[in-house]
Amino acid sequence: MSGTLAALAAETSTSQGEAVQFWLLGPLALAGGLGTVLMRRAVHSALCLAGTMVILALFYLANGAYFLGMVQIVVYTGAVMMLFLFVLMLVGVSATDSLKETLTGQRWLAALCGLGLGILLIAGIGQVSVGSFTGLSQANSEGNVQGLASLLFTRYVVAFEVTGILLTIAAVGATLLTHRERIERNKTQREQAEERVRGGVQLPPLPAPGVYARNNAVDLPGLLPDGTPAELTVNATLRGRGQVREVHHESVPAVRALESRVARYHGQTYVPGNGESSSVSGANGGTRAAVNGTTAVADDAAADHDNNGEGDGDEAGKDRP
Amino acid sequence: MSPENYLYLAALLFTLGACGVLLRRNAIVVFMCVELMLNAANLALVTFSRMHGNLDGQIMAFFVMVVAAAEVVVGLAIIVTVYRSRHSASVDDASLMKL
Amino acid sequence: MESLIGLLIGAPLLGAAVLLVGGRRLDRVGHLLATLLAAVSFVLAVVLFLDLLGEESEARTLHQHLFTWVPVADFQADVAFRLDPLSMTFVLLITSVGTLIHLYSIGYMEHDERRRRFFAYLNLFLGAMLLLVLADNYLLLYVGWEGVGLASFLLIGFWQHKPSAATAAKKAFIVNRVGDVGLSIAILLMFTTFGTFAFEPVLENASGASEATLTGIGLMLLLAACGKSAQVPLQSWLGDAMEGPTPVSALIHAATMVTAGVYLITRSGAVFDAAPDAQTVVVVVGAVTLLFGAIVGCAKDDIKKALAGSTMSQIGYMMLAAGLGPIGYVFAIMHLVTHGFFKAGLFLGAGSVMHGMNDEVDMRRYGGLRKHMPITFATFGLAYLAIIGFPYLSGFFSKDEIIYAGFSKGGTEGWILGGVMLLGAALTAYYMTRIMLLTFFGEKRWQPDASGHEPHPHESPLTMTIPMIILAFGSVGAGFFFDLNENFVHWLEPVTGLEHGDSPVAHGTVGIAATAVMVLGVAGAWWQYGRRPVPAVAPQGRFLTRAARRDLLQDDFNHAAFVRPGNYLTRGLVYLDHKLVDGVVNGTAAAFGGASGRLRRVQNGFARSYAVSMFGGAVLLVAATLLMRAV
Repeated sequence: MSGTLAALAAETSTSQGEAVQFWLLGPLALAGGLGTVLMRRAVHSALCLAGTMVILALFYLANGAYFLGMVQIVVYTGAVMMLFLFVLMLVGVSATDSLKETLTGQRWLAALCGLGLGILLIAGIGQVSVGSFTGLSQANSEGNVQGLASLLFTRYVVAFEVTGILLTIAAVGATLLTHRERIERNKTQREQAEERVRGGVQLPPLPAPGVYARNNAVDLPGLLPDGTPAELTVNATLRGRGQVREVHHESVPAVRALESRVARYHGQTYVPGNGESSSVSGANGGTRAAVNGTTAVADDAAADHDNNGEGDGDEAGKDRP
Repeated sequence: MSPENYLYLAALLFTLGACGVLLRRNAIVVFMCVELMLNAANLALVTFSRMHGNLDGQIMAFFVMVVAAAEVVVGLAIIVTVYRSRHSASVDDASLMKL
Repeated sequence: MESLIGLLIGAPLLGAAVLLVGGRRLDRVGHLLATLLAAVSFVLAVVLFLDLLGEESEARTLHQHLFTWVPVADFQADVAFRLDPLSMTFVLLITSVGTLIHLYSIGYMEHDERRRRFFAYLNLFLGAMLLLVLADNYLLLYVGWEGVGLASFLLIGFWQHKPSAATAAKKAFIVNRVGDVGLSIAILLMFTTFGTFAFEPVLENASGASEATLTGIGLMLLLAACGKSAQVPLQSWLGDAMEGPTPVSALIHAATMVTAGVYLITRSGAVFDAAPDAQTVVVVVGAVTLLFGAIVGCAKDDIKKALAGSTMSQIGYMMLAAGLGPIGYVFAIMHLVTHGFFKAGLFLGAGSVMHGMNDEVDMRRYGGLRKHMPITFATFGLAYLAIIGFPYLSGFFSKDEIIYAGFSKGGTEGWILGGVMLLGAALTAYYMTRIMLLTFFGEKRWQPDASGHEPHPHESPLTMTIPMIILAFGSVGAGFFFDLNENFVHWLEPVTGLEHGDSPVAHGTVGIAATAVMVLGVAGAWWQYGRRPVPAVAPQGRFLTRAARRDLLQDDFNHAAFVRPGNYLTRGLVYLDHKLVDGVVNGTAAAFGGASGRLRRVQNGFARSYAVSMFGGAVLLVAATLLMRAV
């Protein structure tokens, strides 16, 4: 494919194939751009952008910039976009943005400016370029990379060195910004245990979710003996996100019916609702630290509760108090 | 087809990116829109390079990429830091520039 | 010997500084220290006086140059002192009477908790007055002049908790300020005319300047003198100044303050001699004030205000004499000195009476006090005899000489002046006898005051009576001593010069006439107040009486002529200021404020909003670029 593209770029006018490629991929690139701007979820935006970038890489290739096309894919789509995604993960991948505008007039002004710029640019391009173009056949005669290299290390060598310094500074800066100095000693396990006892927080493992629920999911709260859902049984992260599934009203009588049936089967009298005996009630789970979203979704909530007692859980808790 | 079409595409993408910067509140998306603008500019540069028959435009695009990479690194670090302290990646929340 | 002059001034000034800076820890010794320093000043004055007497009469001038005050190119002002017989006379009067008043104040102010401050001000007053009379140039004189104004302000308003005292102090200060403006203009005129402030060059070259300039300088000096000496038209502050403690009144009326104007005119004699028009104005002012003060003094029931009217009238005599030129200078100063003694005696006596009468000042509530206060009665009586010109007492000599000098002016003017002064003498006898009769003779008229506190008239303590006794001796003997061998004339002649006019009447005739009108005045007063009991409440009286009680409507006149137009002008200006000036200023401010308020909304702190601005700017730039290419 690269051979054809090279042939295309060598021409002084564009070939039919390139036109087909442009008209196929150009709208796609535009669509990707639109998606980047309009998608409510940042992840979707990032994916749209990645798509646009890949298409642009193809356009670079078509324009005879082979090196840049590859760099575009490797650096931009591969590295930069991945960095974006990492940060998105860090910040919260599932959050959707509201597209409702809060600044009065912002949308209108932005539209006006955008429209104005678009019209002006297109008018400007249409006015300036007069169709004649040289093509890169001569410039790329020794190969695109060699040509770039000879320019980069001769005429632009100073700028090149400076960009090197810039990158170094950026790397150091990013490290500096994200790095946090530990200013106090790590607590030992014993100290943590003592702290928990003194603090009066939940000492035993938290109750497991899904008890009496119809299915055994982590986002379903356990039910107290009287049938009310126990919030504490659901992972704090899910609670924080509002992803706790409600126990349907109908399930409560159903469970009660089941209980009474079981009791009748055993020849006992069914006494509904005295929740005080439950280990769940009275626990002040509200003080429990929120747990990092990436580690929170565990199959077994109990495992997560155990984790919380360890140093690892506390670390995460510190990140998001 | 005239290579000018690449320029038109670049102009459109650039405008799109600019509108995105203005309209979106999530700092990361704003950043992505800036990247879109840079890419549009790169496309224009590459096209210019082809139109003029020398490689200077590509060199420029190369430098733009380098600078963009540096910018992304620092910018994302800033976003992470801001998110840590403010629990929000919204650019509107950091409206402290007003007295 | 010269260096003593600085010490002479420095002693009371040091006392003032120490007492004011020292604070409460000096409360117990403050009055003693102040009195001691005043006495030191007096002793130094005596030493210097003896030194001067030892010199030839022409060489009796001492100079002390302390330092150059303002050394700027042509503008040279020195802090230098000049001690000649004229200033020596004043220094002796100021320090002696001043010291006695200090002594008196120890007793008078005994129960006042701010006594230390009072003595500090007294010392300041003394120091400023000494600076005034000892200065070698007009600029330094001006410093003393203002110092006297300041001290009088502080002392008149000493009981500042009384609104009337505070107002009186302000009034004195403001009226004095009018005079001060005159003095400053006069000094400026002198500088532009003669290029210097020092007495000697100014006075020696006075005849060289144009008469118009000299008349201007003279009139401005007169304005200054009117302010300080309470002469018409700037007389209104003197009566109200009685709000101050009585020793202050004595000090103002006898030794300091009011004498400053006479000193200024006499000192600047050369200027006036060369400007006859100015002299005429001085004479007219003196004559008018003489009658004005006397009439006011006749009507007042407040003992201090009656005495204040008397002071005004007597200073009128001095001004008149000073306005007569070399015929009168010597006698003006002579009368000033004798007046200093008996007026101080009168005021201290009045203070003593008030002291014994619970600070009652209404003479209609006195009566028959001679039995209760024999010493006060005796000293007050001697001073009284002196002021009305009882033969061979102080006033007799000095006043007769002035009347005779008035006749010596010659022609119709001489007759008018002599007549006016004889009338004044009659009035003096009348109002002084009235005061005597109302205060010390007749039935007792005092009653319990509002709090049911009946006054128990008693003689004052020794610290108060001793000064009165000393002053009484001065009142009795000073005139005779001065007249003996024409001592005083010979003493002052080198400075002021002396001429003898050709009087149409003989000297002896004038003396007889003066004594005759004095007897007439006394008899008139006795006819009205001695024959029959005095009503405790003043009868309504005729128009002139009522006007005189209101100080001959001086305040009403000032109010109508200056205060009200001033108020209207101020109100107009305030209106203009509010509407026009403030309107423009506030309008501008409001316009900018409004514009900024609207512009401020652009700065809403949202990064995206700023980004729109940048984007808009970029669009505009692109548009401009394209437009430039298209054109």
